[in-house]
Amino acid sequence: MCLPNLGAESRMTKAVKNKSQEKRSLPKSLTGIQGLDEITGGGFPRGRPTLVCGSAGAGKTLLAMEFLVRGAMDYGEPGVFMAFEETAPELTQNARSLGFDLDELVKEKKIAIDFVRIERSEIDETGDYDLEGLFIRLGAAIDVIGAQRVVLDTIENLFAGLQNQGILRAELRRLFRWLKDRGVTAVITAERGEGALTRHGLEEYVSDCVILLDHRVTDQVSTRRLRVVKYRGTAHGTNEYPFLIDEDGFSVLPVTSLGLQHEVSEERISSGIPRLDTMLGGEGFYRGTTILISGTAGTGKTSMSAHFVDAACRRGERCLYFSFEESQGQLIRNMRSIGLNLDQWVKKNLLQFHSSRATFYGLEMHLAIIHKIVQEFQPKIVVLDPIGSLIQAGNKRDAHTMLIRLIDFLKQRQVTAFLTNLTSGGDALEKTDVDISSIVDSWLFVRDIELGGERNRALYVLKSRGTAHSNQLREFLLTPHGVDLLDVYVGPEGVLTGSSRLSQEEREKAADLIRQQEAERKDRELGRKREALEARISALRKEFEVEQAEAQAADGEEKKRERALAESRTAMARSRKADAADTRKVLKKR
Amino acid sequence: MKKSGSAGEPRPLSLEEIAKTKGSTESETWELRLYVAGQTPRSVTAFANLKKICEEHLAGRYNIEVVDLVKHPQLAAGDQILAIPTLVRKLPQPLRKIVGDLRDTERALVGLQLRPTGTEVRE
Repeated sequence: MCLPNLGAESRMTKAVKNKSQEKRSLPKSLTGIQGLDEITGGGFPRGRPTLVCGSAGAGKTLLAMEFLVRGAMDYGEPGVFMAFEETAPELTQNARSLGFDLDELVKEKKIAIDFVRIERSEIDETGDYDLEGLFIRLGAAIDVIGAQRVVLDTIENLFAGLQNQGILRAELRRLFRWLKDRGVTAVITAERGEGALTRHGLEEYVSDCVILLDHRVTDQVSTRRLRVVKYRGTAHGTNEYPFLIDEDGFSVLPVTSLGLQHEVSEERISSGIPRLDTMLGGEGFYRGTTILISGTAGTGKTSMSAHFVDAACRRGERCLYFSFEESQGQLIRNMRSIGLNLDQWVKKNLLQFHSSRATFYGLEMHLAIIHKIVQEFQPKIVVLDPIGSLIQAGNKRDAHTMLIRLIDFLKQRQVTAFLTNLTSGGDALEKTDVDISSIVDSWLFVRDIELGGERNRALYVLKSRGTAHSNQLREFLLTPHGVDLLDVYVGPEGVLTGSSRLSQEEREKAADLIRQQEAERKDRELGRKREALEARISALRKEFEVEQAEAQAADGEEKKRERALAESRTAMARSRKADAADTRKVLKKR
Repeated sequence: MKKSGSAGEPRPLSLEEIAKTKGSTESETWELRLYVAGQTPRSVTAFANLKKICEEHLAGRYNIEVVDLVKHPQLAAGDQILAIPTLVRKLPQPLRKIVGDLRDTERALVGLQLRPTGTEVRE
């Protein structure tokens, strides 16, 4: 719902920028106020009156003051401050709280302060009059320092001091005209009226530009917002923009104007956990992306953030850690228990912690503060832990919008954002409280797996744009040496972790051993059988040899006997003198 | 020129005080200053009206100084002048300002505290 909106807005801002670059466009005076020049496309209309309205305490005077002081200091445009409410010493004091030295500027004739005191009790009115005295005073002050900027704060007081409304209204109209004729860039402040921008419903019509300041309190959380209600002759941002007043003055955050034009980096950065880098295609995350890690309570989200930060600091990169739940001391102590010494990075000014309860400010204020700190510290990594807390500072929709703005802001600066999100029980797991899962680039999930009477952590990569990431679950261990990732047991009995995994692994080891022993035993038996067989074979062979030998021996005897017989017969025949042939026949018969 | 601050906190005067003031003015000269911006018909009218009032009520013990802010713009801040014409009663104290062309004489007299109230007429 928000994204098309953002797109439209960014196109518009571009249009504003293009327009302001064109020569024929309205000449403008830079206010020097952070962000305001961006929204207005170059500042307030030059030589014309701008009305700043808002209720009491909205910051009108400060805005006007900063406009004047910046003009005098940064743009060489002297200015006159005509104060109807505060005296010069009071104004000087107030300006000092913003870091401006009005006394010095007055001495250098860069700024003139004219306090106009109107005391109704000492003024009587009889007949006709006009405000020429005011014009002359202002004109004189402008001439003395050659002012190009004028602030009137707050002209409502004229109505409090003088009675004739008809004259006043006519004279105010004349005043705006007069300011235009003098060619000064004027800022006029006015109290906000009931149902109208101003109490007298006049100033907004005669001003060329109207800025509305608002200080709203929703659910006891206050937020300052600024809106350009009207700007004649130029396009301008129309949204309400949050703004901040602090010791450095006014800053408006034109954050909704950020588009999707940020540069992308090919550089990969380590998550600080080697095996996680392996899961993310071997090299970790892309620089300048947004990483979300969500998980149920106590699953080690903060520990992973700490690893990431530690790795970045080791590379010599600056990190900002925004914690909405733990204090700096607590975080450092807790991370020491997993072997991370974050204190050293704090001391080397590579790491800054900013701990505050989410409810301490409004969302816009959080955004503004984060912006400011990021701009000052120029970190490479920003951690927000956890983003769900921000809902407490506003509502879900606002938190969502704020995070989108923040992510865009960080992306534009090539800052890698590391967000953690607590998934509360009962909610769908793959869901964030603030519905930002679709805009993050990498999403890691840490979950509990409850099995065999214990809870174990498992991590997986839900998505990681542009990387060939692992689709597997890893067991996530918090050891005294940091986070460790292990393969989980995935087998016929499902996914096992922790001691179940260990016991399953043991069981498998035992089974393996038994199988091995069985095989060895079979081998041995076979060996034995072979030996037995061979023994029998050799025994039989010996027996056979014996028999063969006996048979040969018997054969020899027989032949001997036959020879002996034949010899004896021959001898007998010889003795009987028988035929040799007969002898032969006899032998054949046998 | 920041004399206006010395006028102190303005407050409604009691009748006794007004009487006292009046008593003291018997011997005191009234210092009146009329701020105008150029010779406009309105400033001419205002001066004429003022002159008339003074002649009637303060004959012989008043001074009128006319300050033309077009000529002396820097004098406007001193008496915190916004509206033109403005009559400032410098003396007797306290400081009073009357804005307008003094067309309404009764109101002007009340403003100058020549009359304690609009209804009670004292001679």
